[in-house]
Amino acid sequence: MLRIPCPWCGERDETEFRYRGAAHPVRPDAADDLEAFTAYVYERANPRGWHLEWWLHTGGCRQLLKVVRHTVTHEIAAVTGAQEHPSLPPDETP
Amino acid sequence: MSPPPTSPQPRARSPRPSSGRYSLWRLLAEGLRGQRGWSHAWAKAAPKAAYRVVIVGGGGHGLATAFYLASEHGITDVAVLERGPIGLGNVGRNTTIIRSNYFHPANIRFYEHSLKLWEGLEQRLNFNAMVSQRGTLNLFHTEAQRDLFTRRANQMRLLGVDARAVSRAEVKALVPLVDLDNGRYPVLGGFLQPRGGTVRHDAVAWGYARAASALGVDIIEHCEVTGIGRAGERVTGVETAHGFIQADLVCLAVAGHSSHLAAMAGLTLPIETHVLQAFVSEALKPVLDVVLTYGAGHFYVSQSDKGGLVFGGAIDGYNTYGQRGTLPMAEEVAAAAVTLLPGLARVKVLRQWGGVMDMSMDGSPIISKTPLAGLIVNGGWCYGGFKAIPAGGATTAHLIAHGTPHPLAAHLDLARFAAGRCIDERGAGPFPYAH
Repeated sequence: MLRIPCPWCGERDETEFRYRGAAHPVRPDAADDLEAFTAYVYERANPRGWHLEWWLHTGGCRQLLKVVRHTVTHEIAAVTGAQEHPSLPPDETP
Repeated sequence: MSPPPTSPQPRARSPRPSSGRYSLWRLLAEGLRGQRGWSHAWAKAAPKAAYRVVIVGGGGHGLATAFYLASEHGITDVAVLERGPIGLGNVGRNTTIIRSNYFHPANIRFYEHSLKLWEGLEQRLNFNAMVSQRGTLNLFHTEAQRDLFTRRANQMRLLGVDARAVSRAEVKALVPLVDLDNGRYPVLGGFLQPRGGTVRHDAVAWGYARAASALGVDIIEHCEVTGIGRAGERVTGVETAHGFIQADLVCLAVAGHSSHLAAMAGLTLPIETHVLQAFVSEALKPVLDVVLTYGAGHFYVSQSDKGGLVFGGAIDGYNTYGQRGTLPMAEEVAAAAVTLLPGLARVKVLRQWGGVMDMSMDGSPIISKTPLAGLIVNGGWCYGGFKAIPAGGATTAHLIAHGTPHPLAAHLDLARFAAGRCIDERGAGPFPYAH
């Protein structure tokens, strides 16, 4: 069970949240080519380490959150609002 | 004082020991000789400096690819590199189900090819994989689901694959444990693929490893790949725990870790890694002789020959490389189990485990060349890789041997994403956690 510290509601069980996938892809400019859009929609870094991701707090404040979570240990390093840009801790090989 | 340890000498390559042919007569003869005539099922090979083909990953798909390369295409200068021992990855962590009851025609054809290969596999490998075609029964609980399943069954029949509708009464006759009138999701009926079933998963790994080894393939265990060598846009070999191994062609068959290996070659794949849990109950007397799936939640169950109920549900739902599950999904699976089969409420769960999988962006696998010459990927199996092992191996071997995709797997190429040819079996969009 993950315990996610929501900036608005405090630490809550993962069952209150909906996972919404990787938060690092940045939408290309409308003028960019097919390759850029293919990478944005389909390609994922899928790191074995720190991962920036969206979680929606459906069972609480209903805010969309950015979470920095480790994909091996599940440790959570940061939870912020959607407009913020949390930095990822340095990757140590697990 | 003990003598100083001697440094290991490079061993000369000895002739490959043969485990001989397995038969009833051999079993009887060994019984009389005190079982002293058995040898290792596959040779413990030491790596050579170079191979024509290096397959990274000694799981089901890697071993099957090696076997079909040697047996169908006469390519035996092949090494299979496995990080741990054979059989401890996903090939030994799944719920052992085989079936070809898919929705998209291209998927039906591919998985039906696999099912046909399963049907002759034990004779082909001379290994008892306990292929048991006990039938897979998918239940539906709404009128809309009835329409969808009927369409799926009709599509299968149009392609010559067995499928038929099953009435409520027949569901009850097939699986007396089912609570047809459960309060939340009454069972309206089902659809049955009689040729679906289960296979002893460990035996699949052992059988392919033994057969490939007997044909001259080097199976190298405890040999982790730590890097992929490149010369410009061509792959030249792999960096391993035992040094650099040169290869004309490298095939990644490491589902669960495909992104990690591809990144070593500088590639980014349309894949995320997620965990799927599986469970086994204590052994019961025979209570279930089909593979049963619940249509109102994600739950599937079969009974192993040892008597344990083998069951599972959906992926936990967020990116993880942790080979363990979390409790919320375990609870959801258990809730589905006792809603459908209330008699299981007092059955104890004996073991629970997790396997990490490549969840591809459209929910379908990838058997493909890559932008790098000499690098082929077999991955993206989501939670359906086990049933596909024979076809995955055969079509990957075809791609390696001919340089062109096998017609049954041509749609599984990497280029489909950019080209808008996604094969989205569930219609969930490019969100791996939703497939």
